[in-house]
Amino acid sequence: MKTLTREETRAVAELARLQLSDAELDTIGAELGQILEHMEALAEVDTEGVEPMTHAVPMSIRPRSDEVEASLSAGRAVGAAPDAEDDFFRVPRVIESRGEESS
Amino acid sequence: MSDLAFAGVAAQADKVRRKDVSARELTELYLARAEAHSELGAYLHLEPEGALTRAGAIDRALAEGGDPGPLAGVPIALKDILVTEGMTTTAGSKILDGWVPPYDGTAVERLRRAGAVILGKLNMDEFAMGSSGENSSRAVCKNPWDPQRVPGGSSGGSAAAVAAGLCAASLGTDTGGSIRQPASFCGIVGLRPTYGRVSRYGVVAFASSFDQVGPLARTTEDAALLLETIAGPDPRDATSIDAPVPRYRDALNGGAKGLTIGIPDEFSAEHLGTGFDPEVERAVDEARRVLEREGAAVRSISLPHSRYALPTYYLLAPAEASSNLARYDGVRYGRRDAEPGAGLGAVYGETRGRNFGPEVKRRIMLGTYALRSGYYDAYYLKAQKVRSLIARDFARAFEDVDLVLSPTAPTPAFPIGSRADSPLDMYMADVLTLSCNLAGLPGISVPCGFTQNGLPIGMQMLAPALGEETLLRAASAYERASGIAGARPPEVFHG
Repeated sequence: MKTLTREETRAVAELARLQLSDAELDTIGAELGQILEHMEALAEVDTEGVEPMTHAVPMSIRPRSDEVEASLSAGRAVGAAPDAEDDFFRVPRVIESRGEESS
Repeated sequence: MSDLAFAGVAAQADKVRRKDVSARELTELYLARAEAHSELGAYLHLEPEGALTRAGAIDRALAEGGDPGPLAGVPIALKDILVTEGMTTTAGSKILDGWVPPYDGTAVERLRRAGAVILGKLNMDEFAMGSSGENSSRAVCKNPWDPQRVPGGSSGGSAAAVAAGLCAASLGTDTGGSIRQPASFCGIVGLRPTYGRVSRYGVVAFASSFDQVGPLARTTEDAALLLETIAGPDPRDATSIDAPVPRYRDALNGGAKGLTIGIPDEFSAEHLGTGFDPEVERAVDEARRVLEREGAAVRSISLPHSRYALPTYYLLAPAEASSNLARYDGVRYGRRDAEPGAGLGAVYGETRGRNFGPEVKRRIMLGTYALRSGYYDAYYLKAQKVRSLIARDFARAFEDVDLVLSPTAPTPAFPIGSRADSPLDMYMADVLTLSCNLAGLPGISVPCGFTQNGLPIGMQMLAPALGEETLLRAASAYERASGIAGARPPEVFHG
């Protein structure tokens, strides 16, 4: 039976921004292998010249007039955040300051 | 009073409007029943104060001669995937613990405008990923017909609550069968509308090209009434269908005469690779004969690509989910879990790693794998092409028949824990419902009997896009002829 290696599984987990334990990586690697094996059945379908179906029903995008309407206030929008200040989401620093670079 | 809890939405609204019962009494009745049956695990959140305040306002409006709407005072509970202003919404996930949304989804807003009282939020598989209800991060939900068994999923709490008379009706979502399958396991009616018939605005997204909101109810009449309340175009959902909403209740008395029903050759054990319970097959055969006696013509049809529905769905839906669930990043809502001093990348990884459950992680991983560069053509694009072929099979079949009939699920409700160790066995519970979602079609599950052990069996009917009236017409004809609808489970937990 097909199994993804721990390293293959870890690479996918990093793309998905999921921190997983080694035990989880091994379990999911084995399960994905088994599930993907089942998916191989699709390879036998002749799809030559078949358009991919990207949506459930054919539809065209309806334009709307560009008018300003009332929407959620910034305060309400950040109100449920785990950390917010003055209508902003607070996150750990992502850019190092000049001082830190030189130190 | 307990008969009133099972009277149905339409009858209750009439009683409230005639002042035979007050909205407040009706709300108190359901709140008391929900408390008494808390062991069933159907509710994640009850909102007694909000519901009673709302019921009081409806009673006052009636006393002053106003019309609170077609659902006047009817207590409804919602799958916890529907966003409710001021009322906690978790989608069954730890990652949304404590989230109180600042707005109502469109379907919820339309229910309220029609006079409904919202009792609270119902249990479900985390982010609607599951076929048994067992993937809830919060509580195990049980089947009211046999508490050792699952209610089905993902709208398991909705189906259990409606069957046990803990709300008059419910709304759920159906991405791969999540309304129809639990409806069949719990012996009620579940209707998945055409993709786009009901707005997805304010529905926690799982797989956006499949998700659809619909009713779970005790009768086809209630399902029709709820559908005509929530359906219709919505400027806030660009994929909602811009077509007028019929009065679906008018379709109920059309009778089965003149309808042609197709039985797919491929919905069989040898094609689908899963066992069918013989009692399920017998019950659905008998239902077919009832429809024939009512005047429907029956013929066999072929849906040659339906055997690929399961692999197609389990590539495409997880791919869409892996993208949709990227929004749970520990920044905007829900939980943030990270070691002090952790950088932003670690905040994402730890928050998601600690708070998503095993099935959600599995599907995010599967979807991310399928969308990776180098694998995209072999998996995702291939599956989208097979999806076209599955939709084409239906288009061809609907040139000859009005409806497609099959069991809703290959088996009745299975024991809690019996499939928990095998994702593929669990996915098989959806093998008969997935094709409908892949093709964007409407489908209904209607009770059609019981096993010798007293477990409900459901039959599924599918129709062409916007064929909800045909579904309701046939389902209602069957319901009247069979007299099966509205059966009540034993009051196992009644305190």
